[in-house]
Amino acid sequence: MTNLTFYERTRDALEDPTVNQAIRVGARRFVSHRASTVSGLPEMDRLRDRARVIRAETLNKLDVFLAEFADNVELNGGRVFWAKNADEANDYVVKLAEARGVRHVVKSKSMVTEEIELNHALEVAGVRVVESDLGEFIAQLAGERPSHIIAPVLHKTRGEVGELFEKELNVAYTEEPIALNDIARSHLRDIFLSSDMGISGVNFGVAESGTLSLVTNEGNGRFCTTTPRIHVALMGMERLVPTFADLGTMLPVLEISATGQRLTVYNNLLTGPRRSGEPDGPEELHVVILDNGRSDTLASEVAEILYCIRCGACLNICPVYQSIGGHAYGSVYPGPLGSVLTPTLMGLEQWHELPHASTLCGACKEICPVRIDIPSLLLRLRDASSKANHSPVWIRTLMRIYSIVARHPKLFQLGMRFASVSSRLFAKEDWLNRLPPPFNGWTDHRNFRALAKKSFGQQWAERRSTEHTS
Amino acid sequence: MEHLDKLIDKEPVSFELGDGMRNCAQLMVTCLVDAIYPSVGISAVEVLEAQGITVEFPSDQTCCGQPAFNSGYWKDARAMARHTLDVFSVTNGPIVVPSGSCTDMIVHQYTELLKDDAEYLAKAQDVAGRTYEFTQFLVDKMGLDDVGARFRGRAAYHSSCHGLRGLNLREQPRVLLSHVEGLKQVELPCSEECCGFGGLFSVTMSSISGSILERKLDNLEESGADLLLGNDVSCLMHMAGGLKLRGTQIEVKHISEVLNTHD
Repeated sequence: MTNLTFYERTRDALEDPTVNQAIRVGARRFVSHRASTVSGLPEMDRLRDRARVIRAETLNKLDVFLAEFADNVELNGGRVFWAKNADEANDYVVKLAEARGVRHVVKSKSMVTEEIELNHALEVAGVRVVESDLGEFIAQLAGERPSHIIAPVLHKTRGEVGELFEKELNVAYTEEPIALNDIARSHLRDIFLSSDMGISGVNFGVAESGTLSLVTNEGNGRFCTTTPRIHVALMGMERLVPTFADLGTMLPVLEISATGQRLTVYNNLLTGPRRSGEPDGPEELHVVILDNGRSDTLASEVAEILYCIRCGACLNICPVYQSIGGHAYGSVYPGPLGSVLTPTLMGLEQWHELPHASTLCGACKEICPVRIDIPSLLLRLRDASSKANHSPVWIRTLMRIYSIVARHPKLFQLGMRFASVSSRLFAKEDWLNRLPPPFNGWTDHRNFRALAKKSFGQQWAERRSTEHTS
Repeated sequence: MEHLDKLIDKEPVSFELGDGMRNCAQLMVTCLVDAIYPSVGISAVEVLEAQGITVEFPSDQTCCGQPAFNSGYWKDARAMARHTLDVFSVTNGPIVVPSGSCTDMIVHQYTELLKDDAEYLAKAQDVAGRTYEFTQFLVDKMGLDDVGARFRGRAAYHSSCHGLRGLNLREQPRVLLSHVEGLKQVELPCSEECCGFGGLFSVTMSSISGSILERKLDNLEESGADLLLGNDVSCLMHMAGGLKLRGTQIEVKHISEVLNTHD
């Protein structure tokens, strides 16, 4: 994790025109793909309503569904490990790798493994980990973390990827997407075949059957989960659906919201390891179910964030995300969703800026496939953060004074009169081009309008008295 | 235009009030209009009066509390909400607000803020039930589409987010503007995107806010408009300040000012 503060990371992101452009173009492309698909799907709203109900019902009885899911995974011949936190999850996977003599691990894209920094834990233990999702593969080569939960290298241009491949993989420079894809593909092929363990995330676990649903566009996920002799799947404990029928609602909602595709290319349903007589599939399946703060979140006033199905639509539509990209948030979960989830899972004290990194414009709520009221959750975290005194003293003082003054109309009017006179003293034709600290942020990017000579209240009173005298 | 026509179902212009008063509305002018853009308040009053509405202005009103609420100071916001409710709960009839975000605050957030305070929750519900944003009042409540305004210009309309997504103010301002003689509405690219204001966000995270503002102003310049209209002076002030810094000559007005012009 970076040592820079949120403000430093933001500044760096805003000052990098390439990153800026790449993010904006990429995010908007997702938004327009989704919009054009949704425009041809009159039932989308109904699907979203249904998806929201499914999420609510699942979380209301999460303990029941988790038990059912785990029982079924084991009935199918899989192993379930309940991890309270990142360390427990990492320990389990590392010890498993050691016990089975695993030297090479191949991974498909999984945000939850980013959350617990599993790659790092494995590498410390001497296990080589290779990311097989094209975006994750690029990020890993560049030594970066993903900047988007669906498109890990949204912040990179094709040219940058070409340069990276040229340098790291000793190939000729190209920025043709298909050529770049072929380079990654031929590089990865041997790795798939020589890996002893495949690690994946889980899009949804189906409680009634213990099935793992995994969606990918590149087929690498299927390779990871079937070729190596051991498959380890990590899932956040909230990622369940009760039944296959529910999965039938959730998958299209997820896929359309994520990329605008009516159907993602590979929809995998994995129910247990290889059975006797089957020609392929892993010998062992381990499912690690991760809490890592989710139980506490479920009991909190922002529990609704656990409805999230990680489609990334709120990132794409967010004006703040479009400006600063994913890395500036400093967490594996960026954007509006991350601004709620990160402080909730990992501590408000360390992440108190994130709930403020929003204009509250509500575009995230509008686009969210399960209609999470993200602005309201951000506001609740802001309230919690102010109660814990995380915000600057000047804001606290300003709000307290403003609130007291606003309860005393005469004082309020007097205060406004004072503000009017003093602002007009420094104004040129009604505008100020400099405000004193701590308000100077405003005038760094726009001029400030001086207060009117006469307030509406004063003008109204004068109007009234003229009416009475005339 | 079909959807516009459908929207206006021609409700009767007069509405019933409790104690024998008819066609009387309360103005909640908002602190920003009061202090910075009083002409917006005056225009709103004159537009309403031209429609035969008697406007009352409870003079003890101050601020709805939105700045404190949005920055997470809910205790302070609650105090301001109670004050506002004390002022307006003793009035009768509709409350008209020339701001989408302040209307949304009163209509949707007061009940959340005061959910544990039975006395004020009741007041909040009463007040929320009769509070309207200015264009919402004219179109949805009064059934108007044409207030007889004349204004020459090429106008881009910015739908401020809280009004747009909180109150579903999509068509109301456009219906009214489409009947303004001499006014041409031009398409503002990405018109439903935030201008980057976000209250205190524009000060504390001013560079992010500024970057969003830049995109908005680029779109505005691209639209070819010589006039920027909106229904929230906070966003308008934000964009006007950006235009001023850029030195771009695009006039910025609240919709009430255009609707109150007849030359």
